[in-house]
Amino acid sequence: MSQLTMVEALNLALGESMAADDRVCIMGEDVGVNGGVFRVTKGLLERFGADRVLDTPLAEDSIIGTAVGMAVYGLKPVAEIQFSGFTMQAFDQIEQNMARLRNRSRSRYPISMVMRAPYGGGIRAVEHHSESREAYWAHTPGLKVVIPSGPRNARALLAASIADPDPVVFYEPKAVYRAFREEVSEEPEVMEIGKAQVVRPGADVTLIGYGAMMRPVLEAADDLVEEHGIDVEVIDLLSIKPMDTQTLVESVSKTGRCVVVHEGPRMCGVAAEIIARLNEHAFEYLLAPIKRVTGFDIHFPYFQVEKHYLPDSDSIVVAVKETMQWT
Amino acid sequence: MSPRSANSTASTAPVENRPVRVDSNSVETIDLGRVEVIRVLDEKGRVVDAALEPGLPDDELLRLYRGMVRSRRFDQRMLAMQRQGEMGTFAPGLGQEATQIGQVYPMRPTDWYSPSYRSIGAQVWRGWTMEQLLLLWAGYFEGFAIPEVANELPFSIVIGSHVPVATGVAMGIKVRKDDAVVVTNFGDGASSQGVVAEAFNFAAVYKAPIVFIVESNGWAISTPLEKQAGNTVLAARGVGFGIPAVRVDGNDVLGMIAACTRAIDHARSGRGPYLVEAVTYRMSLHTTADDPKVYRKDEEVKTWEGKCPILRFESYLKSRDVLDDDAIARINEEIEAEVIAARDRFRELAVARPEEIFDFVYEQLPAELREQKAEYLERLKRKGVQ
Ligand SMILES: Cc1ncc(C[n+]2csc(CCOP(=O)(O)OP(=O)(O)O)c2C)c(N)n1
Repeated sequence: MSQLTMVEALNLALGESMAADDRVCIMGEDVGVNGGVFRVTKGLLERFGADRVLDTPLAEDSIIGTAVGMAVYGLKPVAEIQFSGFTMQAFDQIEQNMARLRNRSRSRYPISMVMRAPYGGGIRAVEHHSESREAYWAHTPGLKVVIPSGPRNARALLAASIADPDPVVFYEPKAVYRAFREEVSEEPEVMEIGKAQVVRPGADVTLIGYGAMMRPVLEAADDLVEEHGIDVEVIDLLSIKPMDTQTLVESVSKTGRCVVVHEGPRMCGVAAEIIARLNEHAFEYLLAPIKRVTGFDIHFPYFQVEKHYLPDSDSIVVAVKETMQWT
Repeated sequence: MSPRSANSTASTAPVENRPVRVDSNSVETIDLGRVEVIRVLDEKGRVVDAALEPGLPDDELLRLYRGMVRSRRFDQRMLAMQRQGEMGTFAPGLGQEATQIGQVYPMRPTDWYSPSYRSIGAQVWRGWTMEQLLLLWAGYFEGFAIPEVANELPFSIVIGSHVPVATGVAMGIKVRKDDAVVVTNFGDGASSQGVVAEAFNFAAVYKAPIVFIVESNGWAISTPLEKQAGNTVLAARGVGFGIPAVRVDGNDVLGMIAACTRAIDHARSGRGPYLVEAVTYRMSLHTTADDPKVYRKDEEVKTWEGKCPILRFESYLKSRDVLDDDAIARINEEIEAEVIAARDRFRELAVARPEEIFDFVYEQLPAELREQKAEYLERLKRKGVQ
């Protein structure tokens, strides 16, 4: 048993997958000698050699495009985009090839690959290093979108994403990268993609979040229970697409109230989708309109003020209390 | 600038710091590096190509020198401030002072400058105040207000994404039949981006008045140029796009001026784009979040210390009796005082204004965003920020 940070847990999962399956290759800017700018791929070049750990030229569109080609050839590439803001440079290849080559070839060419990228704010980064654009990829047919929230599920979900027969966008909350350690088992651990987790049971209201937002969500839940006597059930979504409607519906059917939290912009964000599903499947149980606490529909601000932009436990507590006022 | 530089003929002075020949696998050696190479001063500051010497008067030479020292001193101060937690992550320009000052020196204020994020020294030359750049890199969005003194574009952190925009500005100049040119720079890593190649092509097709400067500084974070490009002579790319190109010793400020003057004159006279490959070296960290010890050898850095652009120019100026040790010390003191004054002004100005984050997203906030802003202001009030 060892206590690992998320970075170390991801590194462990990559090493395990590469050792278990020689089709798994990793590629991206600075992933080799440097071990990635966040050190997620540290030591893998030494272990697996330059044929399987590819330092690429600085061209995201071609990193994804060539990874797709390698997947066509039967390899399982794990392509790192250095920051999620730069997945925009790869939009074309993600949309045109990564997401649709299976369909375009009537499954002759399944694209089993992973695009990893650190996403989200809170680390005092410069422009274009703090975006949360998971909704783009959830909006793209053919992709799966997975976002872990801690070291342990990061390891297990990355292993599952690499094993998955379809292309997976794997967004890593970089604010969590080194924020805390967690017990990670010696044995390889794999979690099923598409399952949400009830991380804290409760009776009065359901709080749904994912990724880096799980920390303020859990903080708010503590606060609500201790200060306000509101019994909060907390769900960690873990997989944006496919989305575990059942777990969400079961919880809200029980509590009757719900607040959804994410740091990405509000319009057409993941919360909008969750709320639509709950309207469709749990309407008769709702005691109050579902609220969302999200980023705003503006560019992610420069870092001196990012703490005000990002949803925090205070704004979540306020939203939950508003929800509780409906009788 | 001096007409000599614009009309000069090809120079054969070698820049030997990068492989110029590339071996194809077996049969033949293709000389992909058949581009003209420019250098005025050698590493000791001796003139090796008098025909390209710009022939500047002494006070202009001193102004150039001060520009480079200002660039370096400011850079060093920023690094110190970053280490003390006063500044965010930034990309030091140490060692690239000649490349930077040499590319903006021949520009007019009415010309447009579209720099990369590593061009802080050049931005100061063009009229950005130091305190403003400090604000910007310390994470205050106020720092991005474009100075009025010259036609500036903000840099983009997203590698290469500014290059088509710069080309578009040049196309606009052409449509309006204006007299200006655009100068844009980017790194060797950026040259791998599709949009950079696409921008070359647009510029060539429309004969847009733009000068592309690739600052080939050896590394893109941990990726050496040899792993970035199949042909490391990046100037050679001009050929494929129909763009005249030249390779220049980027640590030789007079060479840079000769090359960029020629390139700018070319663009201004309606003959279309020009590509300048400045061969230089990123002496310091990629950014303050980087540790170059992981991937590069100290000896390499040592070699380049011997090619310092400022020391080289100092030797030249001394040999011409334009500068002596006393003057060097005095200039450095003056500039240090200037930098410290800017730091002090920055400290006064560095007040976060979180309420402004909505204000520049649209000309007028749509109703739904006014609602979001109200919600946000409420949040600030609860926190006691407003
Ligand atoms: C599109 C994009 N991809 C990746 C990055 C991360 N990144 C920042 S700087 C850099 C290397 C740039 O190298 P180069 O273009 O040679 O310029 P230099 O920094 O050496 O001046 C990388 C990969 C980025 N900012 N933008």
